[in-house]
Amino acid sequence: MHSLRRLFLFIISSLILLALSLKVEELRVYQGAQIAIYALGISSIVLLTGYSGQVSLGNGAFMAIGAYSAALTQIHWHLPLFVTFIVGTFSAALAGAILGGGAARLSGPYLAGATLALAVGLPTLANQFTIFNGETGLDYTAGTPPTWFGESFTLYKWFFWIALINVMLMMFFLRNITSSRYGRTWKALRGNPVAAQLSGIQVGGSKVLAFTISAGVAGLAGTLLGMIGFVGPTGFGLGLSFALVTGAVLSGVTSLAGSMLGAVVLVAIPELASVVAHRLGDTERVTSNLPGLIMSTLLILTVLFTPNGPAEQIRKHKARKQ
Amino acid sequence: MNGLTVKDLVVDHGAITALNGISFTVEPGQLAAIIGSNGAGKTTLLRTLSGLKQASGGSAQWLGENILGKKPENLVRHGISHVSEGKSVIPELTVAENLALGGIWRKDKKDVAAVTKEVLELFPRLGERLSQRADTLSGGERQMLAIGRALISRPKLILLDEPSLGLAPLVIEQIFQTIDQLRHKLGLTIVLVEQNAMSALRIADIGIIINLGKIVATGTATELINDPALHAAYLGY
Amino acid sequence: MQQAINALLIGISNGFIYSLMALALVLVWRSTRVINFAQAGQAILSTYIAFEIVTRTDNFILAFIGGVIAGALVGAVVEILLMRTLFKHVSDGPVAALAPVIASLGLLGLIRSIIGMVWGNDQKPFFPPVSTNGFTFGETTVPFSRMNLLIVLGAATVMIIFTLIFQKSNLGLALRAAAFQPEIARLAGVRVGAIRTIGWIFAGAAGAVAGILISPNDAITPYSLDSLLIFGFVAAVIGGLESLTGAVVGGLTLGIGLSFILTYIGTSLIFPATFVVLALVLLIRPQGLFGSKAARNA
Repeated sequence: MHSLRRLFLFIISSLILLALSLKVEELRVYQGAQIAIYALGISSIVLLTGYSGQVSLGNGAFMAIGAYSAALTQIHWHLPLFVTFIVGTFSAALAGAILGGGAARLSGPYLAGATLALAVGLPTLANQFTIFNGETGLDYTAGTPPTWFGESFTLYKWFFWIALINVMLMMFFLRNITSSRYGRTWKALRGNPVAAQLSGIQVGGSKVLAFTISAGVAGLAGTLLGMIGFVGPTGFGLGLSFALVTGAVLSGVTSLAGSMLGAVVLVAIPELASVVAHRLGDTERVTSNLPGLIMSTLLILTVLFTPNGPAEQIRKHKARKQ
Repeated sequence: MNGLTVKDLVVDHGAITALNGISFTVEPGQLAAIIGSNGAGKTTLLRTLSGLKQASGGSAQWLGENILGKKPENLVRHGISHVSEGKSVIPELTVAENLALGGIWRKDKKDVAAVTKEVLELFPRLGERLSQRADTLSGGERQMLAIGRALISRPKLILLDEPSLGLAPLVIEQIFQTIDQLRHKLGLTIVLVEQNAMSALRIADIGIIINLGKIVATGTATELINDPALHAAYLGY
Repeated sequence: MQQAINALLIGISNGFIYSLMALALVLVWRSTRVINFAQAGQAILSTYIAFEIVTRTDNFILAFIGGVIAGALVGAVVEILLMRTLFKHVSDGPVAALAPVIASLGLLGLIRSIIGMVWGNDQKPFFPPVSTNGFTFGETTVPFSRMNLLIVLGAATVMIIFTLIFQKSNLGLALRAAAFQPEIARLAGVRVGAIRTIGWIFAGAAGAVAGILISPNDAITPYSLDSLLIFGFVAAVIGGLESLTGAVVGGLTLGIGLSFILTYIGTSLIFPATFVVLALVLLIRPQGLFGSKAARNA
């Protein structure tokens, strides 16, 4: 009865976090929403890279697709918020299916380059078509929190609650699918594609499925990100795709649970950076570049020394000691 | 001890022990034929001696100096050339370029030119095909090219891995004759790994038979050729 | 008609730059089997160093030489410190195959942050050493200036030098041998490790030339060569990652193609167009114009 217990765990932890949010200061609540969203985005990479072994430097573009489609349907068709989430998820998933279809035949660096081109290219479309409203972006709102939550329930708390519930739902889904036979198929694929094919696994279809789901997850994350921030090209550029990959590698690219950790690191680094920057002189040059410096260094060190995440190193160490 | 001295060599291939305590000596100027069935460890032996593979135990010396754990490109500079099995020429390069490759590291360019001339006299067919890509050569010609390139480094010790592989019988005869000639003309020490046991033993001074990573018999080539028990077990008849 | 000629001229000038970047990527790919995304970082660092020199000494030639040397050095340092460690430590697991990709991305970010810290993120104008006004023939002015001529000549010179080295010299022979069959090359006495580093040095120099030549038309920022990375990569794929000639042809093709799109359709479609070109090549002829089928499976 694994999934029942899992469901229980998810519900309990969600309730705890929701309760906590009522006690914590506003900035932390907002960051909590960010962490939840980044965790979701990172888990899209974990699914794609950690499980099915495909690299994507362009999941930020899927997040953009999710955000923009959700925003457009809200603005032009006045769809309710939760329906726009579904729109965001599925339009990104569709894009993922299309890309995945082409990508299934590509290996490592080619796939990396293609997704990189996507990550750089897609945001520029915002300036091409007026419906996207260029640099100003679209106004995507979560509305005001319902009155029956009470006076002290702020907008940020509303953000957090929406984000957390959606993220938890999606993560639950992901957890289930990675422990299902689909997950096992992906793992087999990742380990040894030739052997997998020989044992009858539909390599291409499996890869496309991974891409589709990964894109859909990213799409939801993007929608939520657009909700708490704004939907414009600058927020969804190459830097976002890069941050997702970094977060995934830092926390262990095969670990869904680790994506929470990776998200915390991503949100914590700018804070950490500003503390260090104060010590170093607090100039604009330092403050704006220090977060990038720290993240890049961490990424390089992680990839050099614990490429599959810190958990693997610990396991190896234990094995060696025996 | 001079020559090639191998003592208690142990080489692992992942979880499998490919060579389990091999010891033998080849005097300078001798030709040693290493015989054994597939998977016996013969290729692993050569790859370890030429530096492509790490040994897990034991020692190997050439002319008194240790050769284990060294990089192949360094061993070439100490006079050890390895002509590996199957592919020892670079198919995308021309015959001339393949030959030139053997002499790049050498400082004495005059001698490189001189020995290249000798190689072309020895293998005139190569001279006819100098500007052709190596992948247009026949199996026998490729083997000649590989050996020719090895010679340009002016080695003292040559490790030959199954030169007869995939070649027609007539060509095999030629190759073995050439190897024999070279050995006497240039005073080379040769370690010849072969499945074609009879042909190898006929030109060899000593023979070493390996099975499943261990030496099961050694002796002079004549002894081995005439030993009926060995015939049945390893020489095929 | 005039528009078409203009588009062609601009395309050739840009195309040569893309070719240089593609060359740098192909050089590293052939010698190390890695797509070095950090190439953009190495190139922009070299460009900033050249910028520093030209600002202080007003001597473009000195700046050019200094930048290229810097590019070569950075290439060597990256190969020795990063790549060798990477190949020693990383053995298996899902990230192993991707580790060099991710490491080079990390390096790109690192170099950009350092540049931002030292020089700032603001735009710095890189003053062109020669006129950027188009040549005039009687009444018409073409969008091809002395600067563009310098670009074409500079890039062409680099390519000719590389071709000579690769095809005619012993070093080039060793480089090619090490790229085709590293084990056989080692057995022939080639120091494959050092040769790899030299490949990275050449690549670093090529990237530096590309960056230094393309920047005087514009201002430089730590991010200004990112798009060049994409164009260079697509150009390399068009040519087929295995071939230096392919890199050149791919660069020119992409440059001219994009220039026509720019002229007749508009700027903001350049990246989507590039992506479409890349997708088409990968779908229809993944080994590129000059590659062979076997080569494409990384």
